[in-house]
Amino acid sequence: MSTNKVIHALYNDDDILMDAVKKVKADHHHIEEVFCPFPVHGLDKAMGLAPTRLAITAFLYGITGTAVATWLTWYTMIADWPQDIGGKPSFSWATNMPAFVPILFELTVFFAAHLMVITFYMRSRIWPFKEAENPDPRTTDDHFLMEIPVHNNEEELKALLETTGAVEINVVEKH
Amino acid sequence: MYQFTGKLKILALALMVIGLLGTAWSFMTTPSSLKEAKEIIAKQAAHHGGHGEVDSHGEAKTHHAEEAKTTEAHGEVTHKEEATTESHGEAKHVEEVKDTTHASTSTTKEVKKEAHTVAETTHAKVASEDAHAGSHDDHHAEHVFHQMQNRPWSAFYVAMLFFLGVTLLVFAFYVSQRVANAGWSVVLFRVMEAITNNLHYVSGFMLVFIILTVMHKNHLFPWMAEGIVDPLSDNYDPIIDGKKWFMNLPGWAIRSVIYLLGWNIFRFIIRKKSIQQDNGDLKLHKNLYNIGVGFIVFFMISESMMSWDWIMGIDPHWFSTLFGWYVLATFLVSALTVIALVTIYLRQKGALPFVNDSHIHDLAKFMFGFSVFWTYLWFAQFMLIWYADMPEETTYFAQRFNEYKLPFLLMVVLNFIFPVLLLINSDFKSIPWLVIIGGVVILIGHYIDLFVMIMPGTVGGQWGFGIGEISGILFFIGLFIFATFSAFAKVNPLAKGSPFLHESETHHYYNIEHRGEDSNHH
Repeated sequence: MSTNKVIHALYNDDDILMDAVKKVKADHHHIEEVFCPFPVHGLDKAMGLAPTRLAITAFLYGITGTAVATWLTWYTMIADWPQDIGGKPSFSWATNMPAFVPILFELTVFFAAHLMVITFYMRSRIWPFKEAENPDPRTTDDHFLMEIPVHNNEEELKALLETTGAVEINVVEKH
Repeated sequence: MYQFTGKLKILALALMVIGLLGTAWSFMTTPSSLKEAKEIIAKQAAHHGGHGEVDSHGEAKTHHAEEAKTTEAHGEVTHKEEATTESHGEAKHVEEVKDTTHASTSTTKEVKKEAHTVAETTHAKVASEDAHAGSHDDHHAEHVFHQMQNRPWSAFYVAMLFFLGVTLLVFAFYVSQRVANAGWSVVLFRVMEAITNNLHYVSGFMLVFIILTVMHKNHLFPWMAEGIVDPLSDNYDPIIDGKKWFMNLPGWAIRSVIYLLGWNIFRFIIRKKSIQQDNGDLKLHKNLYNIGVGFIVFFMISESMMSWDWIMGIDPHWFSTLFGWYVLATFLVSALTVIALVTIYLRQKGALPFVNDSHIHDLAKFMFGFSVFWTYLWFAQFMLIWYADMPEETTYFAQRFNEYKLPFLLMVVLNFIFPVLLLINSDFKSIPWLVIIGGVVILIGHYIDLFVMIMPGTVGGQWGFGIGEISGILFFIGLFIFATFSAFAKVNPLAKGSPFLHESETHHYYNIEHRGEDSNHH
């Protein structure tokens, strides 16, 4: 029964929140989630979250884009129909390469940017008509909320959170 | 306070002495008469064997054409290109026949025919011009002789201009930081100021060079040749005659002195006021800001004109509108690299305890960003000329691509591919030894860049990388070390009067871990 319970501690200042997070972590409690109205610098480090690998995926997507552009320009301009267009040397991909660089560049950026954004949406589960998962509407305005699961230690956790300057502490049944 | 150690002083002096000796040697071993030059040419031909003779002849034609007679030069280049088109056309022709597409075949044939006639016309033209020139061999030998004589001058000039440009851009970057009210870089101000001390020293050498050039002691600038704007002279060049309103000796000399004076005066004043500002006077801060704005305006104009006068003037028949920016980019990325390297060195010596990993990270970001910026401008200049392929512009790259293929292509690897792949990683940007590796590669690459800008117009096919070139670099490295570290040892390494000092000391890029700090610093 009690495993479904979580504590919602609300704060109204990001500095107080940061201190609270550090204190809870120091006491070896697991923090399920923190809801903030804006990015709080250093919160991820304080919570001990692993760094994002989104940049790595972007790099790989970029290389993919370069490869696609190389293939596209090679196939259409050199392999399939090597016309003489204004005297440009379509004998091999390399001889005409400077003309392809704008395409190489743009497709690299295009692939890197768009695929990374899509990756971000998928990994953070965001899409149109997605039901919002907001435990308290105030967290989109001016309140910060820390969610901690309760494992038969409700009183102890409450006492701890009281000392961290929380403006409100609620025990909620999670469905 | 930092101590300029005796060891480093000796190293700097040793480099300067070796550099001077090597430079003197390269001047002495240059052929001083046409006869000597001819002997060397004969030796070169013998060395290469029968093949070499053909080679040198082909080269000779290009040089000969390059020298003054543009029409001929253009003929040459078009001729060559037409020839390749032709041979490729033939290959295509065979392919097309295999495919048995008759319509295409006839078209290619026609194109081929056309190319052939054009080639023939140019060929005839070249031949007639050759006949006109009289004894070609003597002409060729004289031309090569001039190129050989230019080589020690060019070797020294490239090194001098490189260090002059880099220190100037360090100064411009430093002033831009002041004008932008940058918060992160205040702890690096003294490092940048110390590097700019080199500006005074190299400017002195540049001034001597300008005086010697005006006295016709060297022939680096073809438009300074005797009788070049005199219609009655054999040397007459109508193209240069048309540009003589800008390209004339007094104008060049006066402009050159104005640039040098301007930069040196600004540097002297700003450095002096910056040291005064250690007392925390905010009025001085604003005063420095105003002077800085003035310098930026003067710098942007003078840098652009400097690149026309000192670099583009070496190829007086050629012009490019974004050349000033391109030269700016090459010096700017080198300047940031030099700041990073000196900072890393001084920090390792314990002279900069307040510089943290985030400062290095920021410098490396600039190195990365401006490497891309350089590549952008390099490619924009190259691609526009390559694409339109107008003979009067293409000769510039045709010569570089034919005679300087290795440095020309290597440059792109050193200045773009390597630093971009190395420094794209956020963690790598704050690891000193990786930044040093990237920095050394960038500096080598941009030296080569300047080398390829200047050498083709002065020594042409007679280029090489030998004692003269290395000595020039060593001398100016020695001078750089001496100028930088002696200036750095003179004053407090922290510009403690700046209102942004605290911001700079606590500067922290959120994404990286500082070594030697715990997580409470975040």
